[in-house]
Amino acid sequence: MIAFKVNGKKRVFKGAPFTRLIDVLREHLRLTGTKEGCGEGECGACTVLLDGEPVNSCLVPVCQVEGRTVETVEGLGSPEKLGVLQRCFLERGGAQCGICTPGMLMTAQAHLRRGGKSDDASIRQALAGNLCRCTGYRHIVEAVAEAARAEGKR
Amino acid sequence: MKSLQKQEKFVGRSGLRREGPAKLCGLARYVDDLPLPGCLHGVTLRSSIPCGRIKGLRFDPAFAWDECVVVTAKDIPGKNVVALIEDDQPLLADGRVRHPQEPIALIAHLSRARAYEALKHVRVDYEPEEPVLTIEDSLAKKRLLHGADNVFKRFEIVKGDVDKALAESDVVVSGEYRVPHQEQAYIENNGMAAWVEKDGTLVVTGSLQCPYYVHKALMKAFGLPESKVRVVQATTGGGFGGKEEYPSMIAGHAALLALKSGKAVKIVYDRAEDMAATTKRHPAVVRHRTGLSKDGKLLAQDVEVVMDGGAYVTLSPVVLSRGTLHAAGPYECDHVRVRASVVATNTPPNGAFRGFGAPQTLFAVELHWEKISQSLGIDSLTLRRKNAFDLGSTTATGQKLSESVGARECLERAALRSGYAARRKRYDLWNKNPRNRTWRGAGLALVHHGAGFTGSGEVYLASKAGVELTRDGRVVVLAASTEIGQGTNTMFSQIAAETLGAPLDCVEVAGPDTGRVPNSGPTVASRTCMVVGALVRRACLQLKDELDRAGRGARDAAALRRAARLLCGREASRRFIVEYEPPPEVRWDDASYKGDAYGVYSYACCVADLEVDKATFEVRVLRLTTAQDIGKAINPLLAEGQIVGGTAQALGYALLENPVYKDGAMLNAQLTNYIIPTAPDTPPIDVELVERPYSRGPFGAKGVGELPMDVPAPAIAAAVFHATGLWVASLPITPECLCREFHDRF
Repeated sequence: MIAFKVNGKKRVFKGAPFTRLIDVLREHLRLTGTKEGCGEGECGACTVLLDGEPVNSCLVPVCQVEGRTVETVEGLGSPEKLGVLQRCFLERGGAQCGICTPGMLMTAQAHLRRGGKSDDASIRQALAGNLCRCTGYRHIVEAVAEAARAEGKR
Repeated sequence: MKSLQKQEKFVGRSGLRREGPAKLCGLARYVDDLPLPGCLHGVTLRSSIPCGRIKGLRFDPAFAWDECVVVTAKDIPGKNVVALIEDDQPLLADGRVRHPQEPIALIAHLSRARAYEALKHVRVDYEPEEPVLTIEDSLAKKRLLHGADNVFKRFEIVKGDVDKALAESDVVVSGEYRVPHQEQAYIENNGMAAWVEKDGTLVVTGSLQCPYYVHKALMKAFGLPESKVRVVQATTGGGFGGKEEYPSMIAGHAALLALKSGKAVKIVYDRAEDMAATTKRHPAVVRHRTGLSKDGKLLAQDVEVVMDGGAYVTLSPVVLSRGTLHAAGPYECDHVRVRASVVATNTPPNGAFRGFGAPQTLFAVELHWEKISQSLGIDSLTLRRKNAFDLGSTTATGQKLSESVGARECLERAALRSGYAARRKRYDLWNKNPRNRTWRGAGLALVHHGAGFTGSGEVYLASKAGVELTRDGRVVVLAASTEIGQGTNTMFSQIAAETLGAPLDCVEVAGPDTGRVPNSGPTVASRTCMVVGALVRRACLQLKDELDRAGRGARDAAALRRAARLLCGREASRRFIVEYEPPPEVRWDDASYKGDAYGVYSYACCVADLEVDKATFEVRVLRLTTAQDIGKAINPLLAEGQIVGGTAQALGYALLENPVYKDGAMLNAQLTNYIIPTAPDTPPIDVELVERPYSRGPFGAKGVGELPMDVPAPAIAAAVFHATGLWVASLPITPECLCREFHDRF
């Protein structure tokens, strides 16, 4: 039995310990906000935060999550009450088809929490592990920069 | 124009993406997210050879086949085809395979992992045949795959007398250009779910661009009437053309398994399968012979285009058509000949990808200007200024451009904004200094892109779209045009709200469902805003007339509710559906390939600034500056999103995306070694919107979806040439190929 927290809630998983974290999230916990794009850690669509650090949940066996905390896109906000980063993505056009968006948001969230810089190059480097095929990244980078500024003001 | 714009409340403003909040919270349901309790997972047994006869299938007797549902061609109730332009592609191979990865059989199991496991326990016995794998082998008829000459389709455009004009030209410049396959690489892989309702209706839902294409294909494969097939789009994670035709195949497969098992079945591809098996951009070879006067006036263009269609016809004739119609570029020339063909090979069929044939031929014509520039000693910007389309110009097909021609404005604005001429000079100085560790260069390209279907295509489509006012006062846009990330929902809402004078939050867009929405045609060809958006506007004008007649308005929710009760009477809603009416001034002749190939063209110019590392030959793009004439940006933020995104895809096409084929199969079918641009690979992309309104587009809008994909690759190639002096006329321009060129030369 593997016990861990997801978005603040205690969860247990009783299946095979090498089950991928993404499958536990999507299939067992029905948290389908986390997406699978490649299954080999290239695209970053499945990014979640593990103890605050972005990881590709397709590469993490659930046994490594014992006693730790996982954050997924579902924990960032709701349509009625978007988080700061989500609001900036909406206003700046950072989401198009939306499939890379959950992973992109989680990586960006980690960057913001680390106090990451809001300049173009720093944000692009922070997002280097998350592929987006729609936006050409510009509006994503602008959204993250805007969120960094907004957080700074708080 | 100015005063008109001031009155617009929604159009021309960057309204927020309608489905944005759901996507940003992880609540949007893509096909793999749909809860279908008890559904089976389907997988596909595929050909491992390019060409041959199937002798038989052997199922490992030790495997628990009773847990599985297995489908082969003999289970297909209707015709074994994926209906599209020609019915030559089987839904499941029957007796022979014509390309690697061709589907042969299907297996479904309650567990996805077990379904994949089952695949390992089937053996296919083949009698392999010698395959035809390249354009050259196909043209040489190494083996006959199609008709008498392996050519799926040919087009010829003839204007004036090219041979005579070439003979009389001061200079004739020849060049050959090659472009490879390109993978759409949407981040959501293809996927479909299917089930059969109690009343026998076959329902499929999934990731797709064109619900009515899938609908048509299923009717034929299952021998069902229109009313017994229902296709519903799930939230779709990118398409770029890659979900235009292949979803019909997957839908058919899921439906076959659903029919046989009596259960819901989901087929969701993994990345390797999606990349190896589904359609790509057509590789092409383009040859130019161009005659000019000494001072750079175009006198004759002789262009030859050959594309690799793959093993089946799929959309190749239409891709070739668009490629042909754009092959001469946005330039006026009195003598033009374009001879184009698409040939069969034993490789997976190529298909739609943003730009649809135009990026291939426009790469050639645009980079060719650099070669012409070398031979005339006149820079390519000046050459373009001398020859670019203007109001009143006549195209290669004899179309007189009578409105909305922003080619020259795009050229001048991009050149000015990027400081193109000054930068070229600065880079020339930089490149003279041997202590610098890079070479720098700037390059430019100019393109046009016809919006909507080619030639008489829109007439044949006869698209329908509409709007309904429900009894409770909601305005619902009805169209089969899909939201695939480009902003259909938001753009349609803005057009409807603006036309009706209704608040944006009283307008919604119905999800594409063939059981509910009319067939507004496929979501392709940069037609959703210009063509379908115009239908939505017309339908809204009809509703507005009704409201006016009833003395009612739409200014707020309460007014709409009152109006709805009056207009709907006892009905649940009032529908206003309109059908496409061909503009009387558009004349096109398919037989001679002459006339108005498209109602209007969009235009774009791109300037690329880059540097090349002298030690590693890596190319780093410093900046991309682009000006694009799209008629009118209904939503400037979304339009810019299209332009920036398309530009990044084209950067990948130019420099990074290198599909490697062996024995007809893609070897690097992984995002690990098929490299698409990351955030650090992508430079700042500076966009200037040029708005030359088109009288037939909604609020003046033209197409925007594909245009940005056409222009950056030749600009980048020209900049590499400027930086290094190395002539590379094939894509992608990798460090390896630059290194090879360098060492061949020095």
